[in-house]
Order: sequence, then C-alpha cells, then structure tokens
Amino acid sequence: MKEIIAFPHLGSYCHPIKRLLKNTTNQKVMDTPQITKKTINMGSKYSPDSVCVPFKYNLGNYIEALEQGATVLIQAGGGCRYRYYAEVQETILRDLGYEFKFIQIIGKSHLRLNEIYKLLKKLNPKLKKRKLIHELITTFFYIKYLDKIEELIRERIGFEEKKNSFIKLKNNFLKEADKTKGFLSLKRCFFKYKRKIKKVKINKPKNCIKVGIIGELYTAMEPFSTYELEKMLASYHVEIKRFTNLTYLLWKKALFAPYIKWKSKRYCKYKLGADGLDNVYRTLWLSKHKFDGIIHTKPTGCTPEIGAIPIIMRVAKEKKMPIIFLSFDEQTSNEGLKTRIEAFYDLLSIRKEEENERIHRN
Amino acid sequence: MKGYIGIDIGSISTKGVIINEDEKIIASSYLWTEGNPVLAVKKVLKELRQQIDEEIINIVAVGTTGSARKLIGTMLGATVIKNEITAHAIGTLSLHKDVRTIIEIGGQDSKIILLEDGVVTDYAMNTLCAAGTGSFLSSQAKRLGIRVEDFGEIALTSKHPTNIAARCTVFAESDLVHKLQMGYSQKDIIAGLCNSVAQNYLNNVAKGKKLESPIIFQGGVSKNIGVKTAFEKILNEKVITDENGHLMGALGCAILAMKKNVERPFSFNVSNSDFETKAVECKGCPNHCEVIVVKKDGEKLDSWGNRCDKGSYFK
Repeated sequence: MKEIIAFPHLGSYCHPIKRLLKNTTNQKVMDTPQITKKTINMGSKYSPDSVCVPFKYNLGNYIEALEQGATVLIQAGGGCRYRYYAEVQETILRDLGYEFKFIQIIGKSHLRLNEIYKLLKKLNPKLKKRKLIHELITTFFYIKYLDKIEELIRERIGFEEKKNSFIKLKNNFLKEADKTKGFLSLKRCFFKYKRKIKKVKINKPKNCIKVGIIGELYTAMEPFSTYELEKMLASYHVEIKRFTNLTYLLWKKALFAPYIKWKSKRYCKYKLGADGLDNVYRTLWLSKHKFDGIIHTKPTGCTPEIGAIPIIMRVAKEKKMPIIFLSFDEQTSNEGLKTRIEAFYDLLSIRKEEENERIHRN
Repeated sequence: MKGYIGIDIGSISTKGVIINEDEKIIASSYLWTEGNPVLAVKKVLKELRQQIDEEIINIVAVGTTGSARKLIGTMLGATVIKNEITAHAIGTLSLHKDVRTIIEIGGQDSKIILLEDGVVTDYAMNTLCAAGTGSFLSSQAKRLGIRVEDFGEIALTSKHPTNIAARCTVFAESDLVHKLQMGYSQKDIIAGLCNSVAQNYLNNVAKGKKLESPIIFQGGVSKNIGVKTAFEKILNEKVITDENGHLMGALGCAILAMKKNVERPFSFNVSNSDFETKAVECKGCPNHCEVIVVKKDGEKLDSWGNRCDKGSYFK
C-alpha cells in the first residue's frame, strides 16, 4: 500500500518540498489543506494554551491532513521551542486516536545528509544516494529561485499598475516550476519569470517609503499568521524588505553567523537563540541603508524574540529608527492590526515629507 | 461659511465636533455609545445640529475616527477615515503646538504618543490586557458602590494610599478585595487604585519610552483627578489636562477632513435614514469570513471583512 505523506504549510514552500518528497520517496504526497480559520480553531483546541502560535497552526494542519487520509507526517525542528514541536505534536495526535508515522527531519541542530538519507530510506528502500543528492540540489535551487522571485515582487508589489499582476505571475511560476523535470529546465523557467516580473509596469516614485520586516520566522514566512501583513503594507504603496526566508535559514544563516556576531558586538555578547541576534543585526543594517521604518513580528510568548526586543529597542532609539512590535496569537480579528499599521504609515509618511522639505529648502 | 464635522466613536463614548475654517470648535457633543454606534452617532448629529445655524454654516466634509470609524464613515459618506493615533496627535497639536507626550487612557484601550517638533516619532497601544483602563476603574467603582465620577475627589482626600498590585487586572482585583477585608478605609483604597492605574500604564504601555514634558493627559480617565495627581507624583512633572481633552480625536479628524480639500455634500437629514448592518458568513471556503454589509434605507452602501473577492457580492 502506498503511504500518503503530509507536512505543515509555510508560505509557498509546500511546492519545492512536495517535489522533493515526491521524487525521492515514490509515495503519494498530499496537498495539505490551505490554512483557514478552521485550521487554527482545531489547532488551538488541542494545543496547550500558552504554546506559541506556529505550534497551533502546525497541529491544525496535521489534523486536517489526517482527516483526509494522510499516513505519514513530517516535521522539522529549530533552535527554540520548535525542537519540541515534533514530540509534543505526535503525542497529542496519538492521544486523539489517529494512526500515522511521524518523522522529524532536523532533530539535532544540523541538517546532515546521512540522516536525511536514512529517514527517507525508511519510506523508500530503493532510494539511491546519488538520486537523493541530485534531488536535494534541485530543491535547494528551487527554494532559492522562489525566494528570489518573492524578493523581486516585494520590492514592486506596492506600486503595480494592474492589480494582482504579480500574484498571478508568481502562481504561474510555481505551476510551471512544479512541472519541470531537471535542474536546467528549472533554471530556464526562473529566468523567464524573472524577466517577466521586471517587465511589469510599475509606478514607483524615487523616494518611496521603505519598510523592513524582521522578527520570528513563522510569522515572517506564513502570511495567514499575520493576517497578510505584507499585502496590507503593499496597499499603502510601500516597498517591503524581508530577511527571513528558507534560503536564509538553510545556509546563509550558518555562513553569516560569525559576521553578524562581530557586527553587532557593541550590543550583544552572546547569541540570543533562534533569530534573536540576527534581528539585532538587521535593525542596524536597515538603519544604515536608510530604510524608513521597521516592523517586528513575533508570536505571543516567543522567548528568543522577547530577549531580543529590549536590545532592538535600544538600537532603534540610538539610530532614530521608528519601529513597532506586533504580537500575534490565534485570535483572528485584524482591526487592531489595521489601526497600528495605519498609524505607523502616517508616522512614516509625515516624517518623509518633513525630510523632503528640508532637502528642498537647503 | 464652511464647516467640518469630526466624529470619534469609541467603545464607551461617542464624541462629535463641528469646526470652522480657523480650526475653532463651534459645536460639540459627548455621550455614551451604549453598544450602539449608529444610534449614538444619530444622537450626536442631532445635538450638533441644534448648536449651529444651518443657514450660515455649510457642512462640506466629514471625518471619522475611533473603533467604529469604518461603519460610521460609510454611513455618513466621510472623506477621511483615520486611526485614533493620528487623529489624536493632529487634534492635540492644533491646541498645544509644543506638546511632546500624549497620554491617552480610554474605555478599553490606552495609548502613548511621543512627538518631536510637531511630528509623531513613536507610539504604542496596550497589547493584551485592559488593566488600568476606564472599564477597569468603572467595574471597581461598582464593586465599591461609588460613582466612578466621584473617584478622583475621594482619592485626593486620602493621606496614605494603599499599595495595590498593578501588574494585572485579576491580581489588582483580588488584592483590592483582600485589602477591603483587612479593613483599610475606602478612600485609601481608591487612591491606591488610581496609583495602580498610573503605575500600570507606565509599566505596560510606556515601557522603555522617555516621557518628555509638556505631557498632556487625555481620554475619559483624564477626568479623574486622582489618576492625574498619581501621574504627576510618579513622573515628577506637570501633567496638563484639558477641558476639551475628550474631544481631541474628533477635532483631529475634522482638521484632517478640512486639510484633505475634498468636499462632499452632507445633510443632517442623514440621521433620519434607516441604517441596517448585517453580518453574513461567507461559505466560499472553510475560512468562513464574516462579511459586514451596511444598508441605508434597504440599499447596500458597502461591505467589508472578506479576505478574497468572493465576499463582496453579498447583498
């Protein structure tokens, strides 16, 4: 009997991950149902109340997937409470009476090829190491290309002339990239869409308002968990810069860690866990590159970020950077968020006007 | 002469002003929302109408702010629908040009706005907890059997305010009951409550921010002189309260409506129309968005609350 594999949602990354699993395991990989209010309601019903919000979203994803017949669940792990997610979620789901296999891929702090090989071999005994390496490289590039496309879109989406033109392009890219066979055709597909995105007509003033989004990784990458914060910002005609994406987490982070630590040594002596130190560095980076404001997002009770916030506040105060801190939980009313973002936008635009006037006067 | 209406619809009270072209308030109204913003606004409009001469003053634009701004803005055809923070800052700046800090404690939220050279530089709102807001004070007043309006005067008579845990409403309440049973006098407890409101605000909302003077204290709680003196004692600075402090939000959005230079005909007869709001659950996907549809005399004005385009077709 074929197994049905399911994994939780994280932005658009379900596409590359699904492709990897499909090609290496030869099993059926399921499209986990899209996150909706129902997902988060189910997730928070069976989660401990004080756990951070990504746990609840993931659990809701699993329950919905299991109800649609999934037999194998996959979870990753990270440098904070995220590492315990797998075990706790498995226990909760077993207590609920579901039957399934549970696989955690990053149980320790590093991602090792041999471990992945062993884990996937359980699902597909015929898997060759060569095949796995090939697929992993293609997936890494897929993720890299996807992130690059999203980055390009984020710079432009606030100024598009025809509504939804970028979202359509991105969806087409995903559709086409899923169908590509090898690495080369994937690359060709990426360049085709890169060109297309650059050709879309935009109406971007030279000194537009630029905002950087920093903070915890799940709220940064999963738009549903922040009530589509980026979309809301785009509607105010703002250029958005976001650092956290899978490319960053998978290899850039490890590569840049010593540099980041050295750069922010004035403020931090030690690592803060998860992305804490990175966010201190990003605050410095954003103020150096003349961004207008910073938005910091985190789930309520995210310990590494709570540790980082006072330091970020101090950096922002010294550099005179406007910054707001947003905490997200499972409640789904975005009125409060709208008020805060609108006020933040007013703050930035009035500041910008003053600045421009000063330049004109001199 | 041209006139501009600004309306601030809060959770507890609804405020309305009419200003002339010199940003002067020529009519104002202040009453309880009582959970029905539409009715409250109708009453406010009626009161405003009585205070002006309609033949001289011609209303050309409307601005709304507060938690029901979108609903009322749609209802009245407002040209400006602004958030409370900007509206309060603009309103206050028109009266106090050099203000640096605005403390605002309302019915269920509290905020701090920091300004420099007439520009907002930072702001914060209470995030999770309603401790230390107006509704907390009025529920405690009920427990003690005192009118909340008398709180300030009683607090001032106390010489030794008791300490009441300020961190959290629940702790504060159990602490208060405990102190009552211990036999502390009522006035000391009330003074302690006022202190705890100020302390809580400074710890939660103004956390990590530097409060520069001149400091202006607004919102419903600013009418409570006990809290005002508590702030002065803790901050060691003079705290200014304004007789029109509660109208600042409404004034701000009226000024914004004036500055926007968009004129839209407005008639006071709008308060005679029949408004109906309806919440419809969209069944297009499992998200079940709650779509709010506003109707005027049976005709659809607007709808919102949907995440995708599917929800906009409701009637």
